[in-house]
Amino acid sequence: MLRNFIRTAAAAAALATTALLAQAQAPAPIKIGFMAELSGPQGALGQDQYDAFMLVVERNGGRLGGVPVQVIREDSQLKPDVATQIVQKLIEKDNVSIITGITFSNVMMAVHKPITEKGVFLIGSNAGPAPIAGAQCSPFQFIVSWQNDNQAEVVGRYATDKGYKRVIGMAPNYQAGKDFVAGFKRMYKGEVIDEIYTPLNQPDFSAELAQVAAKNPDAIYVFYPGGLGVNFIRQYQQAGLLGKIPLLSSSTTDGSTLPAQQAAALGVISGTFWGPDFNNPANRQFVDEFEKKFNRIPSQYAAQSYDAAQLLDSAIAKVRGNMADKNAFRAALKAADFKSVRGNFRFNTNHFPIQDQHIFEVARDAKGRVSLKTIATPLKDHGDAYASLCKM
Amino acid sequence: MASGFTLTPRSVFAVLLLVGLGLVPLISGALAQPFYVTLFTRILVFALAALGLNLILGYGALVSFGHAMYMGIGAYAVGILAHHGVTNGWAQLGAAMVVGAAVALAVGLICLRTTREGGGMAFIMITLAFAQMMFFLAVSLRAYGGDDGLPISVRSDFGLFSLQDPNTLYYLSYALLLAVLLGMRRLIDARFGMVLRGCKSNERRMAALGFPTLRYKLAAYVISALVCVLAGMLLANLTRFVSPSYMAWTVSGELIVMIVLGGLGTLIGPVAGATALLLLEEVLSSLKFGLPWLDKLINQHWLGLIGLFIVFVVLVMKRGVYGGLPAGPPTAKGRPK
Amino acid sequence: MTTGLFLTQLLNGVQLGVLLFLLASGLTLVFGIMNFVNLTHGSLYMMGAYFAAAGYNAFDSSFLAAALVAIPGTMLLGFVVERLALATLYTRDHLDQVLATFGLILFFNEVVRAIWGPASVYMNVPQALSGTVSLFGLPYPAYRFAIITVGLLVGLALYLVIHRTRVGMLIRAGASNPQMVSALGVDIKGLNSLVFALGAGLAGLAGLMAGPIVSVQSGMGEPILILTLVVIVTGGIGSIRGAFYGALIVGIVDTIGRAFLPMLLREFLERSVAQAMGPAIASMLIYLLMAAVLALRPQGLFPVRHG
Repeated sequence: MLRNFIRTAAAAAALATTALLAQAQAPAPIKIGFMAELSGPQGALGQDQYDAFMLVVERNGGRLGGVPVQVIREDSQLKPDVATQIVQKLIEKDNVSIITGITFSNVMMAVHKPITEKGVFLIGSNAGPAPIAGAQCSPFQFIVSWQNDNQAEVVGRYATDKGYKRVIGMAPNYQAGKDFVAGFKRMYKGEVIDEIYTPLNQPDFSAELAQVAAKNPDAIYVFYPGGLGVNFIRQYQQAGLLGKIPLLSSSTTDGSTLPAQQAAALGVISGTFWGPDFNNPANRQFVDEFEKKFNRIPSQYAAQSYDAAQLLDSAIAKVRGNMADKNAFRAALKAADFKSVRGNFRFNTNHFPIQDQHIFEVARDAKGRVSLKTIATPLKDHGDAYASLCKM
Repeated sequence: MASGFTLTPRSVFAVLLLVGLGLVPLISGALAQPFYVTLFTRILVFALAALGLNLILGYGALVSFGHAMYMGIGAYAVGILAHHGVTNGWAQLGAAMVVGAAVALAVGLICLRTTREGGGMAFIMITLAFAQMMFFLAVSLRAYGGDDGLPISVRSDFGLFSLQDPNTLYYLSYALLLAVLLGMRRLIDARFGMVLRGCKSNERRMAALGFPTLRYKLAAYVISALVCVLAGMLLANLTRFVSPSYMAWTVSGELIVMIVLGGLGTLIGPVAGATALLLLEEVLSSLKFGLPWLDKLINQHWLGLIGLFIVFVVLVMKRGVYGGLPAGPPTAKGRPK
Repeated sequence: MTTGLFLTQLLNGVQLGVLLFLLASGLTLVFGIMNFVNLTHGSLYMMGAYFAAAGYNAFDSSFLAAALVAIPGTMLLGFVVERLALATLYTRDHLDQVLATFGLILFFNEVVRAIWGPASVYMNVPQALSGTVSLFGLPYPAYRFAIITVGLLVGLALYLVIHRTRVGMLIRAGASNPQMVSALGVDIKGLNSLVFALGAGLAGLAGLMAGPIVSVQSGMGEPILILTLVVIVTGGIGSIRGAFYGALIVGIVDTIGRAFLPMLLREFLERSVAQAMGPAIASMLIYLLMAAVLALRPQGLFPVRHG
């Protein structure tokens, strides 16, 4: 009784005050939660995501779509339990209307429901695990990067084209790891003689590399993002396997890991949707500005996050900063009316991208730096295998 | 404090703390900040776990570095059963208690053997070993998420009430905390508690007096474990998530910190310690002085400051926040009894 | 599964064991002589790795520079920490020691994040050792072979110091009966500091050697610390011999388990399940071993003979 009275009186007072204040103010800044892996071996990925996102925000004077935004930066430390707490805090205490970032798939699996069931928009700029592309999809999700299998599928197609008969697949033992190997197998027509899944926290591959050397396959396909990729490539070279067994990969040699791998990675093949040498105006602007500001070559994670910021820029402009009408905002996001750095971009029915997938080789660029060189485009206008399972 | 209530700094503090905790949902509702209910439920959960550990650590001087594993058992009981569609709170409670008691009996029997020769080092290490085993067992359970953890879609349903509403969960945790406090009080004041404290000061004497010391210590160990199991169940309901990280040895370390910070060998100490530590963490991560370098240092590196604080507490504030308060009015000699 | 593969994995296990021995020897001496639970030992290992990486990157990728920065640097750090914070805790009970050193772990983890940033730091294997040697028909990284060699040499050196020098005699006496040594008029404070600094130096050496093969990051000390604690408890607190054999046992069990259990489990279980359970069960094996030793022979497998 008393409790209800106090509660109602306080609420009434609060309401009255806000109403008065609202009249006098311009559109309140839109609060965006940015959560990614910002520490440990994976820190480079999250940092690229953050830097590229803020590049767009700061270029527009702290605004997206003409509306001031407040970006709250959080580190999920690759711990799903920490991430769920952060998300709870962002939604309940900071009242964000958008959450973006989310580097790793296991974190994505933990926070996807807590975010979307509260009606907060999830603009994922990296992780794209299969369950949320399929049965667990939500109208509040928009993934601007890729579905995990895609980057593996293109390498599988390439391996078939190159005529490799016996391949070993290797990845860390979590959702994304399994997705990538599954994606490779979907397009690879040869024989996968073994699949090795290592613990996510294990940085030492000596035991597994000894097994690989013993089996002597035609090629090996790996997925080791971030710091794991640095360790893997270096240990692969130390074990004398580089140059002996062709190394095909996804997310293992990219802008975030090449600075540490350097010459140890020359010749490694990878598959993804974007490379720094793409020649469209949006990409040239992005790469030039990024290199000038941060003094390093942007990775694909930066490109993904840059596009996420551009997407939000276009959508917020379309609804003129009115975040209250969620259906209108969703439609604006779905339209994807922006110039992506990758060229073609549109959303599939499950709010994952439909785009081209390319093959790259690690080589020195015109300035002599170790970077990625585009060598083929095996998959054009490619969606994902799970869209039909999504009943949105 | 066996009979009557005396007005001392300690008792005033205790009352204020407990009453304050009871008022949190009201204040939070008035301020329209539901986040505080979440924060304080978490405090209640860890206060409860610390209370459990305090029975053997504070009163029995048995430094268990593995009590987080019992929190994990409670949390996983909720998670695994919910995963299979069993959301009945009573069923989850029953399963958690049975498994928890069985594990505690087995582990306790083995670990307590090492305390016979004195030298608590072995007990610390062996409890740590068992906790790590449990941790890796949970990691290996790929079917229940393994290292990635297991989301819990529906909170426990106890028939008369369900825990969907955050305030209900809060008040249940609060009620359990009060109940356990009361239970501990009676246990400590009874013969059981005296035997335990006797073992702490001189076990050989207790054994010579004819007490089956192992049985008493084992009983205390199992009771403390079950309280932690209860806390784990509440934690799973709060976060709607369970992962092996709930059983990390660092969590056990934090429980010990809470007890010592509050005041070793006192009853309210663990509650005070848990509140202080978790509030300190929360405040530090959002404190703003206006100086960018200082704010960045504090907001991003608060865990390091907590580390220094712990060292400070051990070196200087030996009796803890609550333990350092006078226990009674000054006697003729000028010092409280 | 060929003999060659098995022997290679065995060698990997020895390499891990040797690293653990470097850490365990210092830690066990501190436990045995000063009766001091030192959880900060893992942080000293981490600082060794960070100092090494800093030296390496500052002096144009020189491994020698890394070594010259890491080992004395860690010894100095250990000495300072001991004098400032830890010496007062020798007379306190184990709980206080555990808590204080636990707090220092948190502190050091944040210090490295503040100085070197949250992302990992990398250093490379020295040029001369970046190739492979051919062992049992399979290529084995030369650097890991070097780690084994260094570890065994250090083990030999420690043995000689402990058993053939006067200082070593004092250390053995201190491990066996600290009160008597102090009563005999030996500068026990100086001996304590010496032992602590020696342990810190060994931890720094381990960090230096591990730097090129693992990612140097905040918190890298904790997993190694736990393994080291298992080693010294299994081997026997205060015993260098126990540290040596215990480290080899733990290193080999962990590596062989990680390598072959998944293969074994794949006969019965689905592949990714087997590969999750394999390493986890291998890890559990170590703790089962330690629990069994503690329950049946609490003084360890190769205990110090107490006079």
